[in-house]
Amino acid sequence: MTSPPNPPPPNPPSAQPRYPVRVDLPAHANGGPNGDTPDYPGDPISEPYATLTAVAPAPELPSVPMTAERLPRWAGWAVPLGFTLGGLLALPSGISPGLVLPVVMIVSAAFIYLWSRSVEGARYALDRLVTAIVTSAFLIAMIPLVSVTWTVVDRGTGRFDWDFFSESMRGIVGAGGGGYHAITGTLIVTALACVISIPIGLLCAIYLVEYGKDNRLSRWLTFFVDVMAGIPSIVAGLFAYALFVHISGPGVRMGIVGAVALSVLMIPVLVRATVEMLKIVPNELREASLALGVPTWRTIAKIVIPTSLGGIAASVTLAVARIIGETAPLLITLGITTGTNFNPFSERMATLPVFAYTQNQTPGIARNGMGPPGFDRAWTAALILIMIVMALNLLGRLIARLFAPKTGR
Amino acid sequence: MSVDVGLPPAPPPAPPKAQKAVVRPGDRIFFGASVGAGITILIVLAGVALFLFIEAWPAITADSSELPNQESLVKYIAPLAFGTVLGATIAVIIAAPMAIAIALYITHYAPPRLAGVLGLAIDLLAAVPSIVYGLWGIFVLAPHSVALSRWLEGNLGFLPFFDGPPSATGRTMLVVGIVLAVMILPVITAVSREVFKQTPQLHQEAALALGATRWEMIRMTVLPFGRSGVISGAMLGLGRALGETMAVAIVLSTADVVSFDLISSQNSGTIAANIALDFPESSGVKVNALIASGLVLFAITLAVNMVARAIINRRREFSGAN
Repeated sequence: MTSPPNPPPPNPPSAQPRYPVRVDLPAHANGGPNGDTPDYPGDPISEPYATLTAVAPAPELPSVPMTAERLPRWAGWAVPLGFTLGGLLALPSGISPGLVLPVVMIVSAAFIYLWSRSVEGARYALDRLVTAIVTSAFLIAMIPLVSVTWTVVDRGTGRFDWDFFSESMRGIVGAGGGGYHAITGTLIVTALACVISIPIGLLCAIYLVEYGKDNRLSRWLTFFVDVMAGIPSIVAGLFAYALFVHISGPGVRMGIVGAVALSVLMIPVLVRATVEMLKIVPNELREASLALGVPTWRTIAKIVIPTSLGGIAASVTLAVARIIGETAPLLITLGITTGTNFNPFSERMATLPVFAYTQNQTPGIARNGMGPPGFDRAWTAALILIMIVMALNLLGRLIARLFAPKTGR
Repeated sequence: MSVDVGLPPAPPPAPPKAQKAVVRPGDRIFFGASVGAGITILIVLAGVALFLFIEAWPAITADSSELPNQESLVKYIAPLAFGTVLGATIAVIIAAPMAIAIALYITHYAPPRLAGVLGLAIDLLAAVPSIVYGLWGIFVLAPHSVALSRWLEGNLGFLPFFDGPPSATGRTMLVVGIVLAVMILPVITAVSREVFKQTPQLHQEAALALGATRWEMIRMTVLPFGRSGVISGAMLGLGRALGETMAVAIVLSTADVVSFDLISSQNSGTIAANIALDFPESSGVKVNALIASGLVLFAITLAVNMVARAIINRRREFSGAN
């Protein structure tokens, strides 16, 4: 080993202790109250002063950092922002926007990973990389949401006029016409489905929460309601068709058939939501009522249901929102017509989702430089549907929040 | 209950016996109605299977010349079942990692005030009707996918999935998979978010107190705790994707083939979309054949959903979280 001789360290540990050292000082160096003489040698009160204050003169300590080195606080958002700006500046040079986004995300993540790794070490670098990935995934998932909303609003407003709400498609060949018959059909079928589902769904939820205290029937019921929630909507439609074939013969198309199909889809949603709402009714209310000698059914009818009425209304609203946009079961149970049909017990009926579907499949012929008229009608129907569904969803959540029973005191 | 042992009765002071509760007619009616509603639901579920089977029976026993493909029912349904499973599998492969990331973002990364709004936005995404996704898929996504398909064929064409020739319209299985992924993303996200939220706060704080970074904390506490929830959420999403009808019916251009090629215009159809497309114009045994295919779909989704629910329920018992 022939390494060049190191220069002696500037502060040899022996010469410069880093910690307070007790140094024996002459007694007068740190005196009593007068500052000249101690009260008496070995005074237990003045002695500690001597040990604490009589530290060797503070040496030049090498700075030992108390915290690990970190990236500056702004690094988390400034780096992606910077690369995004760079990407935007690169857009005019003819790069596809679809390519810029992933490149910006990958480059930012790689940059911050390497930077962090050089400053903070591997563990923090990995942490930052995962943060970048999770955030990017979230942003990517937002793209379809924004795109769907924008497309529907953009294309749906083309025929969002009074005619669409007041005219049916009877006798319409080219442009014009509207979805009046489909809107009324949707309202009738949905209302019928509600008439079937709401009593069954609410009573079943009441049984699960109030009567079936985790007994065998209620456990099976909970399980199968959950399973039922997973039935594909087209299978529900086939079931309703197969049921009514035995009542009305083959090729049956009626409003009530569609309502039965929708009920199969609506009941599990309703039961699950209502069970949650009944569960948050405070038990004290039930017990107080029962302790006064009120029969169980009156306790449920007069205490439990009124308390959770807001929640039940919210459940119904959300369940309606779930079924009102269903297309497949209605396509095979109701079919489509061009005229308005108010009678759900005979003949075909148009509904908004099926209307949108058929208008898209047979859009008609483009004329006068306009696109096929069916596309516009389909998108407007989709816009109305999405507006109804969003409104019902927000309304349901609002009701649930406003009328939530006061738990706790 | 007293047992006669033959000793001279020295009746002990009878313990205050619980008075038998009076059962009022109102109680009986109310109880009967609610039990009846519950049993109705079970009957309906059994009825779904029963009526589908009854109506499928003529197709099962029918002469092969009457069937839609004039061969056999199995050969008719098998390519459709293949397409159904293929599309749903693509959707889950795309959606599950994204959903986990979104759920993590909402529960552990986003500012709390923002998290509530984001959760609501994801829930609203779940409520968008499938017909809207179908229209979006054919009008927006399909045209944009053509360039991607060409690139995949050019650079990854050695894989059977990207064999080509790429479709010029974009009505491919790949686009169907992406649309389905968008549709089931909120389902998986909702379940994952719930279980991630239930991770015991103490576990997380303990990990952080030991000096773990946020990712290490998530890897050591949140992900192991939420694993079964995420799996069942993915299976619920799979069930939804298997049964999705309209988006597939609108987007996919089908042929009577079994092919892993995701980017060509020759794709296997799916059961649900095939029913939607053919049912309005069918009659006779063809209707029964469609119902038979629906029965197969019902069986597949029922199995997937039951497994998913069983996983959730088993977990619920020992986690103590409801």
